[in-house]
Amino acid sequence: MRPLKDIAAVRVRDLVVGFGNHVVLDHLSLDVRRGEILGFVGGSGSGKSVLLRTIIGLLPKQRGSISVLGTDLEHVDDIQRRAVERRWGVLFQQGALFSSLTALQNVQFPMRENLSLSQRLLREIGLAKLAMVGLSERDADKMPSELSGGMTKRVALARALALDPELVFLDEPTSGLDPISAGEFDELIRTLQRTLGLTVFMVTHDLETLRTVCDRVAALADGKVIAIGDMSAMLSSQHPWMQAYFQGKRAHVLARERSTMGV
Amino acid sequence: MTEIKETNSRTGKIALALSPGGFIGRDVLPAAPLLSVTQRDGQLHLAAAGAWTAPHAAELEVLVDSLATELAAAHEVAIDMQGVREFDTYGAWLLRRLTRAWQERGQQMRIAGLADRYQGLIQEVNQATVAAAADARKSSVRDGFEALGRSLSVMGRDFVTFVAMVGALCLALLAATKRPRTFRATSTVHHLDRVGWQAVPIILLITFLIGGIIAQQGFFHFRKFGADEYVVDMVGILVLREIGVLIVAVMVAGRSGSSYTAELGSMKMREEIDALRTMGFDPVEILILPRIVALIIALPLLTFVGSMAALYGGGLVAWLYGGMSPEIFVARLKEAISLTHFKVGLIKAPFMALAIGVVAAVEGLKVKGSAASLGLQTTTSVVKSIFLVIVLDGLFAIFFASIGM
Repeated sequence: MRPLKDIAAVRVRDLVVGFGNHVVLDHLSLDVRRGEILGFVGGSGSGKSVLLRTIIGLLPKQRGSISVLGTDLEHVDDIQRRAVERRWGVLFQQGALFSSLTALQNVQFPMRENLSLSQRLLREIGLAKLAMVGLSERDADKMPSELSGGMTKRVALARALALDPELVFLDEPTSGLDPISAGEFDELIRTLQRTLGLTVFMVTHDLETLRTVCDRVAALADGKVIAIGDMSAMLSSQHPWMQAYFQGKRAHVLARERSTMGV
Repeated sequence: MTEIKETNSRTGKIALALSPGGFIGRDVLPAAPLLSVTQRDGQLHLAAAGAWTAPHAAELEVLVDSLATELAAAHEVAIDMQGVREFDTYGAWLLRRLTRAWQERGQQMRIAGLADRYQGLIQEVNQATVAAAADARKSSVRDGFEALGRSLSVMGRDFVTFVAMVGALCLALLAATKRPRTFRATSTVHHLDRVGWQAVPIILLITFLIGGIIAQQGFFHFRKFGADEYVVDMVGILVLREIGVLIVAVMVAGRSGSSYTAELGSMKMREEIDALRTMGFDPVEILILPRIVALIIALPLLTFVGSMAALYGGGLVAWLYGGMSPEIFVARLKEAISLTHFKVGLIKAPFMALAIGVVAAVEGLKVKGSAASLGLQTTTSVVKSIFLVIVLDGLFAIFFASIGM
């Protein structure tokens, strides 16, 4: 048996996705290795979310192949497809919590549908998952409309992790959070990734997240992956868009702070 | 699922296993039982194996809970996790449950052979504090009183918010009369088109049918007494005084009141109303006043149109079913009704429009973040405004009777 690291958790080859005549992803190829956190960057409207939604099957592709956890989802029946879907979790940008269910019920929803657990275990595991993302029992019975932005993301993460998936897709996990919450959320993702042995595919704009959390970073421009590697490779890239992104004004502020703090 | 519990008398070994029945196929199921128990001299040796993961959590829980008696009898417990191939939060939680039951008695449990990569998970799960489900049931009598008290206070608050909305509308109207330029004429006309003009076809159809039905019923029953011609009196008075305005108001409450609530509610949800407020605009003046003014103009017009359609329907039925020629119907109608009847119906219309509009606005602004609350508030809006329309009608009936109209 090959070591787990060698089998890509997500393998995208030659992917073409477009709407009408407008091509968003143009022969894109990408591998997400097992057990890594891959950060995916790109300008607004460059197709990051389109790629994520295509991988998880929410958007149709025009050409190319996608295999997730060793399964090509195009050539399998519904049962196999659902079995793979149970092994991944998705955190949507706005959380996408079910507004008619409480926080706890949101987390329990995938368990209730997929596993035949006793009421006691269902409650205990649900609360344990909420505790793992840093929420107390007092928050468990709140409705999504009563949760703050950061709490919504935490509940959504707990729901994405409900079935102990191997692979997690995060769509801009720290957007809309204040720097402290965003930092805590980064920490949380890192910790959970280590303890649960997750593979994480993360679309993000947050340079700080990319620096502190991600093992590798992939950059998307003109419908292709223009660079992939660790953060230092990103910083030394000569591509003009990459330079603008990683060495723009906002990046400089970060860099300056880092140097003054001696990091 | 069938449980196999076999005891070997010589070694005292109890093997616990459940037949394969999880949702994953047989080939994925562990060959060894998830948990097997060996008992020797009061020492309990538990050997875990296979996949301690979510798909097997239900079976595992049964196994773990069934060990309670064995655990209680044992002096010492050791768990060997060597055989565990897969392990996740579910497994960690059940392991915690197993150890907690034992540790509560102040004794230690040895866990051995668990792969290092799962230690973090065990720690994480052990940190999670989960209280047992609070199962506090209050007495039903107290619950009943509590519910009654709550609904009474809600009714009280509803009345206050209703009056406050009428007050805010009056203020907005006052401001608009002082500075007529600030009045949103375009918006009013737009809403007039939606709640008035676009409602005409359905109002015509429904009132026409109702008028016809009243006439048919009249002829069917009055004929027994030879009182055919009084059908015209009944149709005329009933339609002009009551049915015309009531049917139209109920239709408008269901058609326009609900859409007002849904519009304002979704604006509230998306913080558009807060945005307006921060820009220094009064949402009542900008959003609510034009809508309610449109409703107050539209409802009397629709009532007039609807009453005419109902009379026409009545006349048509009188002709085709009752054999009364249109000339006689019209002549009889002239004798039976006066302008008073017409006025009684029409005077009620703007007040009903105000009630529908205010209820719709109040309920719309009550919407909170969730989609469920939008639906609930829209339903409440329609139910309440129809109720208020009927109540108003009753009050007007008393009023007109006492002033002799």
